[in-house]
Amino acid sequence: MSAVIHPLASVLAAVARGISGVQVRWAGCRPEEKQRIYFANHTSHLDFVVLWAALPGEVRARTRPVAAKDYWEKGLKAYLAQRVFRAVLVHRGGTAQAGNREEARAAARTVVDRLAEAMGETDSLILFPEGKRGTGETVGPFRSGLYYLAKRRPEVELVPAYLENMNRILPKGEVLPVPLLSLLTFGAPIHIGETEDKRGFLERACAAMSALRRKGES
Amino acid sequence: MSTGSPGYFPQRVATTRWVPHVEDTQLAWLFGGVLGVLVLASAIGAVLKQTAKNDAAHATINNLNARTRAWWKMCAIFALTLLIGRIGSLVLFGLLSLLALREYITLIPTRRGDHRTLVWSFFVITPLQYYLIAIRWYGFFAIMIPAVAFLFIPTRIAMAGDTEHFLERAAKIQFGIMICSYCLSHAPALLILRIPGFVGHDARLLFYLVLVDQSSDVLQYVWGRLTGRHKIAAQVSPNKTWEGFVGGVLMATALGTALWWATPFTPLQAAGTSLVIGLLGFAGGLVMSAIKRDVGVKDFGAIIEGHGGILDRIDSLCFAAPIFFHLVRYFFAA
Repeated sequence: MSAVIHPLASVLAAVARGISGVQVRWAGCRPEEKQRIYFANHTSHLDFVVLWAALPGEVRARTRPVAAKDYWEKGLKAYLAQRVFRAVLVHRGGTAQAGNREEARAAARTVVDRLAEAMGETDSLILFPEGKRGTGETVGPFRSGLYYLAKRRPEVELVPAYLENMNRILPKGEVLPVPLLSLLTFGAPIHIGETEDKRGFLERACAAMSALRRKGES
Repeated sequence: MSTGSPGYFPQRVATTRWVPHVEDTQLAWLFGGVLGVLVLASAIGAVLKQTAKNDAAHATINNLNARTRAWWKMCAIFALTLLIGRIGSLVLFGLLSLLALREYITLIPTRRGDHRTLVWSFFVITPLQYYLIAIRWYGFFAIMIPAVAFLFIPTRIAMAGDTEHFLERAAKIQFGIMICSYCLSHAPALLILRIPGFVGHDARLLFYLVLVDQSSDVLQYVWGRLTGRHKIAAQVSPNKTWEGFVGGVLMATALGTALWWATPFTPLQAAGTSLVIGLLGFAGGLVMSAIKRDVGVKDFGAIIEGHGGILDRIDSLCFAAPIFFHLVRYFFAA
């Protein structure tokens, strides 16, 4: 898929960086134009915009955020999500609503198919494996999407990222952001092991992400 | 000075409200002086870079040169906004207030229930404070934050319904707005004072305050590095010594006295006000250092290369500005 960059993209990226005052630390890898799956903690609607905006322009042009269809599918939000951010909108909670195991598997497969198709051979993804926004104090359990996607594309680098303070900038249920300073840390890429089971992999991925938290020191 | 005494252009009355200051010869001399110091500092830095022998010396000199480069940028921005006129300075200091407040609030613990109060602080209270200067409403400018916002903040937090650490949260937000918005706003408020015989030259007064204050910071640092032995409050800041404090403040006072011709002051009055600026600047640096130690950080931010955050650079100005403003207002303004 060719990356068509919307003229608003760099403007919105600059606005997002301005509001979030984001300081970016590449602690475990360098920004590169290779195919990756960035997975991060989730506390605010601004998370994916900030992470996307923090990437260098040429990397950003080939990186697509994964966002919830129910929130981003209407009006201006839909325009921004689809045309500017080139977000991949997915139906969330499909596996939880499913009546039995088979239906859950089928729902997960549909989502993973959609993500793999969106990546193609060139694009990277931004993913929030917790699925829903937390309070910022703890990281919630990971959903299984990351595991199935990693299984499907085992050669793609999985880069953990940790966003701090976004829950204070725009918490759940608020409309106006407070422009405080945030910190975004990218960790060392991980890969799924050939024989690794779902639970073990998700715990390892969660630990790799949580380890990036600054824990009060500066 | 060959450019004439302060009364040389006494009748040049501002004809428009937002008069640019381009024709002010004495302001041009002040700009020129700062430019000379920057050129000198860059030249010395370049020479030292060539002569540095080991890695440690290289690191020190690179930091020094980064600081000098940042000073070039800061001086350019300040000079440019001063030339644009009052609006330029108000926008600059308004943005500095917001950036400083952002650095401060980021470091202090607030809770979910403070969100709306913070929205008010950033988007209503701080801009309103600068708007009041723009419309020259001194009476409301003086009381809006200490009286109105002071009462509004705890009320708004209480309405959010979270009582955990209530008093600390309210007090910490109030302190931040007082320092970052209220105190700092007194610097550009100098531009609305009407001083007999000084009309149209108010930009010089703001330049004088910032120059003496920031010079005092630099001189205290240099003096402390060269001669500092006895720490004033080792727990708060290991870099603040009695030698640096006395030497730096006296040198800044000497500088301020030597620049009396650009102000409405006599040389003796210039000495007194510069001394006050130096002392208050020291107090500002000390208090803000104590806050940094309390929350366990070295700097408030990293926006200015080699210096840290905005608040690290302007902490002294936040303390010096209101006192300088009221000294000038009480003794010199009509």
